[in-house]
This record gives sequence, C-alpha cells and structure tokens, in this order.
Amino acid sequence: MSAAIELHVNGRALRVALGTSVAAALYLAGDGTSRTALDGKRRAPFCGMGVCQECRVSINGQRRLACQTVCADGMQVETQP
Amino acid sequence: MNADVIIVGAGIVGAACAHAFAQHGLDVLLLDDLRGGATAAGMGHLVVMDDNPAELALSQYSLGLWRRWAPALDEGCAYRNCGTLWLAANAEELAVAEHKRALLDAEGLGCRMLGAEAVREAEPMLRPGLVGGLHVSGDGIVYAPNVVRWLLTQQPERIRQRQATVSEVSGNRVRLDSGEWLSASAVVLASGSARDLCPELPIRPKKGHLLITDRYPARIRHQLVELGYVSSAHSSSGTSVAFNAQPRPTGQILIGSSRQFDSLDPAVDHDVLARMLARALDYLPELANMNAIRSWTGFRAATPDSLPLLGPHPSQAGLWLALGHEGLGVTTAPGSAQLLVNQVLKQPSAIDSAPYSPLRFARAEQPA
Repeated sequence: MSAAIELHVNGRALRVALGTSVAAALYLAGDGTSRTALDGKRRAPFCGMGVCQECRVSINGQRRLACQTVCADGMQVETQP
Repeated sequence: MNADVIIVGAGIVGAACAHAFAQHGLDVLLLDDLRGGATAAGMGHLVVMDDNPAELALSQYSLGLWRRWAPALDEGCAYRNCGTLWLAANAEELAVAEHKRALLDAEGLGCRMLGAEAVREAEPMLRPGLVGGLHVSGDGIVYAPNVVRWLLTQQPERIRQRQATVSEVSGNRVRLDSGEWLSASAVVLASGSARDLCPELPIRPKKGHLLITDRYPARIRHQLVELGYVSSAHSSSGTSVAFNAQPRPTGQILIGSSRQFDSLDPAVDHDVLARMLARALDYLPELANMNAIRSWTGFRAATPDSLPLLGPHPSQAGLWLALGHEGLGVTTAPGSAQLLVNQVLKQPSAIDSAPYSPLRFARAEQPA
C-alpha cells in the first residue's frame, strides 16, 4: 500500500490508501455499519453519493457523511451507537 | 349510496372528520389519491393562534380536544406537550408578546412572560440578546401522519379507506378517474388541492419549506417561534421567512418557516431555504455545527382571511367543505371536524361555526 495514511475508527488504528473514503474505511475496519436507526437496526452506507444520509458518523467530533469524506491522517472516526 | 358520508382527502382534517362521523355511528368512505398533502409535509405544531377571535376560538377549542385525545394516542403519534416559547428580539416584539399574553390570559390559557435571563435559562442554545419571551404551556407537537393512521384505526368497522383519484364532484356525488360514480348522504371535501375540483373556492397555495437535522442529544425543549412570525405569516404577497424550531422526540430539530405565494413548484427553492436557515442561525447559532439530513416543501391551502372553510358548499346541496386551514390544519383538525359534523347532523356546536362558513365569500361576491 503506497502513500498510506493512518486514521482511527472507533479508537482502532487503520491504514488506508490515499483517496480512500471514510465509507470504505468503515468496511475495512469492521462490519461497515455507520449508525443505529430508531428501530434499533444498524445502518450502513447505501447510496454512496451524499443523498441517503445513512452513513452519518462522527468525524473529528462533527457529524459527517462517511461517503462524502476522504480519509486524512490522524482522523478520528466514530460510528454512532 | 356507497356510504353515509364520503370524505375526499385523508389528511389530518379528513381523518378527524371520518373519526367524528364514525363516533356518531355513520359509515364513512374515505377517498385519497395518496399523493400526500399538507399533513405529510407540515411541522405538526399544536399552537393556539390569536390573530383574530375566530382563529383563537377554533385553535383553543381544538387544543382542548387534542389534550383529550393525548392519553390514547400511540407512541408513533409523538405527542408532546412541550409548549411554545414566543421570542422577542426587541422592545416592539416584547410589546406584541405582552399583548398576546393578555389575550390568552383572558381565555384562561396558561402562559407567562419571561425576561431575557429566563429565556436564556429555559433555552440555553438561543443566542444572547433576546429581550424576552412568552411561554404558552398548553401547546404541543405531534407527528401528524401517524395521528391520521391512529384516527382511522379507532373504528375500523365504520371507516373504509380507498385509494382513488376524484375527478369531479357534483353535490352528494363524486366521480373517480376510472369513470365510476359514488354517492352518499353527504360528501365532504377535505383536501387543500380541492381547487381542482371546485375552482370557485377562494383557495391559494402558500408554499413552505422545512428542514430537519440529524439526531443529537436534546438541545431545545420548547417549540421556539420568533414573534416576527406573526407579521411574516400574515403577509399576503411576496416571500417571507420566520424562525421556527421544534424539538422532535428523536433529538432532531425541525426548522421552519417560509411563505411563498404564486409557486406551484414542489422543488426546494435554495434561495428561500438559505434565507430561512440564515434566520434560524440568527436565533440558534450552534445549528451551524449540526448536520441537516432532509429538506422539503409543502403547500398550505390559504383563504383570503386565513380562516378555514367549514360548512356547506355555497351552491351545491349535499357537498360540504372542510379545507383551507393554511398552516393550522393539524392544530385545528379536531375542532374543525366537530364543527363540520355538527352542521351536517344539525347539532348544536361548542363554538359558533359562523366565522368559518364558506358562505362568507359567496356573499361577498354578490353585487351590491
């Protein structure tokens, strides 16, 4: 993996290739899910283009869309419980 | 006859009418094209409004009926008695608040004035600098589409629902787009888009925008409305925005409001949305750090005097109207339904229904 960058997903360090989206990092780091819906079911990135809002996670303390955010060195990503 | 009563439109008003007729033992056939109207788009704010005595009478009467329903509503209806906090940004608006307090107090409605500090204490997310506010304790919120579902399941043996597009009404008969005619002792039009069926009715669509945030730990507790809302809501031309924010039980914040005449385009108008959000940010600056997940529009059915049409059609026997509620359809649905049913069944009503009679416009059109 060239030009790898390192971020944290739910506290675990993860190395990904430059240009990787946070949505892809969720899958690399675990089961790919992003949040829990009101009915208690886990949700995951779906549309991949910033419309469906299923992939909202916390990135450096701000609620963001995983599919619209590119991984950056030192980034802290937290999926929502 | 296909039923005792045919109701066109399964929004909150049509559903409340169906529920009320069924309680009187009548068989109801409820028709809806499932395109969705103001009920699906609106905020679901239950609010006493006092711009004129008739508006106050109907909203107050209805809020009392909502509180009677409240214990029986299911969790999906999301009823919360959160109250409304009307916000004054300057001395002029504070005077409006005081005037409103006097009016509501005279009706025995629980409300109290808050000073600048009390407003900050009640809602710390608000920007500093507001001069005061008026807390109206009886107001609340619901998720109206689920209230419709709840109303229609209370008496399933009395209420039949059918997906159908009505293409023509004629007295106590309606024609579906399939060509089929249906009839009943009474036909009730309860759809804001009934302009298509009765172009003679004085109804204009007033477009509005809403936006909802992601879920967050609760940041506001009351429905927050700027007192400038009153002047915005009343303008009869042009486009206006006013700050209006609602705490949803999910932790989301639902943000309004805009008013726009002369648009039939349901698309989000980004200039109007931007103005509306700028207004919201002025009151709740920290919204800027929150994520919005949806914005959408809807159309209020507005009459020239902002009061609904509740009563007989001016010229078609057997046809009744329960529409034109503008932004107060959810609030006033229970009272509107009672007044309509009382008139159809020739019963006395709890409040005078004359101010809402459709005949008021028919009379005005007659030559002097």
